[in-house]
Amino acid sequence: MLELFTDYTLRNVALGSALLGVVGGALGTFAMLRRQSLLGDVLAHAALPGICLAFLLTGAKAPLVLLVGGGLAGWLAAWLALAVLRHTRLPEDSALGVMLSSFFGFGIALLTFIQQRDNANQAGLDQYIFGQAATIVAADVANFALLAGMALALLGLFYKEFKLTTFDPGYAQSLGLPVRGLGTLLTSLVVLAVMVGLQTVGVVLMAAMLIAPAAAARQWTDRLGVMLALSALFGALAGVSGALISASRENLPTGPLVVLAVSAILLVSLFFAPQRGLVWDWARTRQNRKRVHLERLLLDALALLQHGPLTPQALAQHRRESLAAATRHLEALEAQGWVRPGPQGYRLTPAGQQKALELQMALRSQPSVFPSP
Amino acid sequence: MNPDLVIVTTAILVSSASALVGTFLVLRRMALLCDAISHAVLPGIVLAYWLSGGARATLPALLGAAAAGLVTVSLVEWLTRTGRVKNDAAIGIVFPALFSLGVLAVSLYFRQVHLDLDAVLYGEIAYAPLNTLWLWGLELPESWLVMGLLTLLNLLFVLLFYKELKLSTFDAGLAASLGFAPGVLHYALMALVSFTAVGAFQSVGAILIVAFLIIPPATAYLLTRRLPTMLLLAVGVGVVASLGGYALAIWLDASIAGMMATVAGVCFALAFLFSPLEGFLTTRLRRRRQRLEVAARLLVAHLAHHPQPVSEQEIMAEFGWHPRFLRQAREKALQAGWLEARREGLWPTSRGRALGQGPSVP
Amino acid sequence: MTLTQTATLPLEVRDLTVVYREQPVLWDVDLAIPPGQLSAIVGPNGAGKSTLLKAVLGLVPRASGQVWFFGQSLREARARIGYVPQRNTVDWDFPTSVLDVVMMGLYGQLGWFRRPGKREREAAMHCLEQVSLQDLAHRQIAQLSGGQQQRVFLARALAQNADLYFMDEPFAGVDAVTEEAILQVLHGLKSQGKTVVVVHHDLETVREYFDHLTLLNVQVIASGPMEETFTSENLRRTYGAKARTGG
Repeated sequence: MLELFTDYTLRNVALGSALLGVVGGALGTFAMLRRQSLLGDVLAHAALPGICLAFLLTGAKAPLVLLVGGGLAGWLAAWLALAVLRHTRLPEDSALGVMLSSFFGFGIALLTFIQQRDNANQAGLDQYIFGQAATIVAADVANFALLAGMALALLGLFYKEFKLTTFDPGYAQSLGLPVRGLGTLLTSLVVLAVMVGLQTVGVVLMAAMLIAPAAAARQWTDRLGVMLALSALFGALAGVSGALISASRENLPTGPLVVLAVSAILLVSLFFAPQRGLVWDWARTRQNRKRVHLERLLLDALALLQHGPLTPQALAQHRRESLAAATRHLEALEAQGWVRPGPQGYRLTPAGQQKALELQMALRSQPSVFPSP
Repeated sequence: MNPDLVIVTTAILVSSASALVGTFLVLRRMALLCDAISHAVLPGIVLAYWLSGGARATLPALLGAAAAGLVTVSLVEWLTRTGRVKNDAAIGIVFPALFSLGVLAVSLYFRQVHLDLDAVLYGEIAYAPLNTLWLWGLELPESWLVMGLLTLLNLLFVLLFYKELKLSTFDAGLAASLGFAPGVLHYALMALVSFTAVGAFQSVGAILIVAFLIIPPATAYLLTRRLPTMLLLAVGVGVVASLGGYALAIWLDASIAGMMATVAGVCFALAFLFSPLEGFLTTRLRRRRQRLEVAARLLVAHLAHHPQPVSEQEIMAEFGWHPRFLRQAREKALQAGWLEARREGLWPTSRGRALGQGPSVP
Repeated sequence: MTLTQTATLPLEVRDLTVVYREQPVLWDVDLAIPPGQLSAIVGPNGAGKSTLLKAVLGLVPRASGQVWFFGQSLREARARIGYVPQRNTVDWDFPTSVLDVVMMGLYGQLGWFRRPGKREREAAMHCLEQVSLQDLAHRQIAQLSGGQQQRVFLARALAQNADLYFMDEPFAGVDAVTEEAILQVLHGLKSQGKTVVVVHHDLETVREYFDHLTLLNVQVIASGPMEETFTSENLRRTYGAKARTGG
């Protein structure tokens, strides 16, 4: 852990990943709420031909030039996908899929073209596919900080407008807000986030950095502001821990580890977040089922008592179950304090009578709650 | 055997097999789900490779890929069902995680073996003529056998279950109530997609297979609304992409699979612009015509209301039209025979008056 | 009718036509809404009621036609117009609170870059009180019933403090308490001299709730004071015409 502060390479990698986490988490929150999670995926994949073209046109290996090229191509793909959606009836996912795969295919073609042409200077362009965090140097981190800073500043400046257009675009337009323009701006900010991630996680895995932190953050809060902050935090956490783990051993690529770290955060949030956690849901369902089961038993007991004694034998016959099960059921009712054993079989306690009365009332007003056996 | 021929026929087989199942993926709005499946094929293959002790056999790879595909689909469906995550987000969560596992395993354990990451991306269709096997005394490319069988399998599936697929695609509820088990069909389709993805994996790579599964059917979708035509067109676009892509790749010395995806994308762009059904430019023209038609009708209806001739100024003020637009609308009305030019100005003809004000526009 | 006469009208629509793909959704609609009244727009499904609101507010493109608000264009009059969209058009799982949604009504007045502060919070709270939801101000919006959600939308419109309100089916699928609350708000607005245009679906209640009626089925069938307009002949023409075209 201490190496984080002393090791030059590791510090850069960790900083780069953390910046990616912050900006991806923040922008991903809006992307997810706008149901455009996968637009980020398209953007990222589509960056590849842009990177290659930027290299072909300028001949430069300067990362910022390549990133800008990638960003422009991603932006173009997103714009085209939205144009196809606006003007045809093609389903959304198909439109996104078409843009993703044709741009990426073109990128692969360009990449191989470059590699065949001047092998000596192939520029390590393929590092942008899966990312190669180890190549991040201090200058890259400065670039990332610039891009991320721009994206976050604009996000803060237009926060109120983004929030309204995301929640209720029709109403926003009635207030005179340029809804389409704001949408374009948000997409452009996602492009900035993708540019930060190209070198760290690469075009293929970028989607995870936009979606998973936001989905995890949603589990913990009902406030957009808090969700943004948490999502950025989760992203940064995943970035740093991914970088640390990958430094711990040889041959551990950073990008996939960052993605796995963020997936792990999501998994924990999905299961254990208070209120929205799935585990609590299951516990509640189980408890409900148990409660309904006991209430049904009590009503059966009441029905039996109206004609005769409440014994395990009678209950077993009534419910068509084994004697052992009936005995167990009576014991469960006794544990609830609803029945008590007596000389002539079980009797209802006052609490049990009270409860049975309530149940019968509920049954009368809402017959579908307790279907008769 | 002629290597060009082997490569091109392999590509045509890949694109035909993909287009057949891809058509239903597009119609069922599962295009991005299959993107996820194609990514998840990687860990499946790695697992199969590892379990089979490092031999690069086709059958374990197929099984591993199918299993990975089904795992992806079930995970996405489960995540969506929890209600905590929307379907598209679920896809975007599952596939990077699985793909990361695959990449990690490759770089940890299979660094120096066949399963390099380049193959994941580009595929090795250029090597298709080299991998041959002897069958009935003939030396045949392995890719012919694998992709031929897959194409046949997909074709049989579509032909045998055509009615059921059609019904469950358009109305899953009705299909279920008629006892057609749309769930089983759904998973069968997903398994075939996984098979196709892994079969094609060797040729075009895991990621570009999406181009073959989605782009040709999506192009066909822009051109027709009839299912049989769409299937045929999708296969046709796939073949065009294979041939054109190969030619371009040879010319530029670039990745064959990448070029094929590029050409498929160009086909889609052309269909988007010029489709008679809902092409961008076609619709533009039609809209313009329509707007003029509406304007002409409004103009005639307006003139028919007034016993005296109305000046152009008044009309422009009334409708908020520009002079140019008014001229075009008047031209249109004159052409349609709704107006006639008299000495005192424009006058609605009897046909123009009969037009009425009703909404019964064609 | 000349422009000077219409300057006092809160809403005047002339020759409004909206075409969706091949089909005209609204055809040559002329409409004049009187000031200070509760006005209903009624018609069968697919008659273009919601589209009329959206076209008037510039949310869907018009094929032709002109719209004036208080004799001004939409851009000039924007601040005086409030809109309550249909409830099902938004994602209620959105991470935000009731008070937050109501404060969105003040975004127009705030303009760009300024954040809502204490003053806006208090104003929003006051609007929530008018629809008796002040106790739920900090709830997440998904935890509300349908009727409560409708009232939140209403409170948001109140926060705008507009002179002319458009409400799209506010009474659709709400409970009796909400129906009563909405009515109270409507009457409160009327007593302040504001004009409210409501898309309504219920012929049973329209007579009782509103002063002015517009019957719409792609075209305006009839429009005028309730007593004159709510006739069986007009209703037959509105709903019968629909049945004849097989819609």
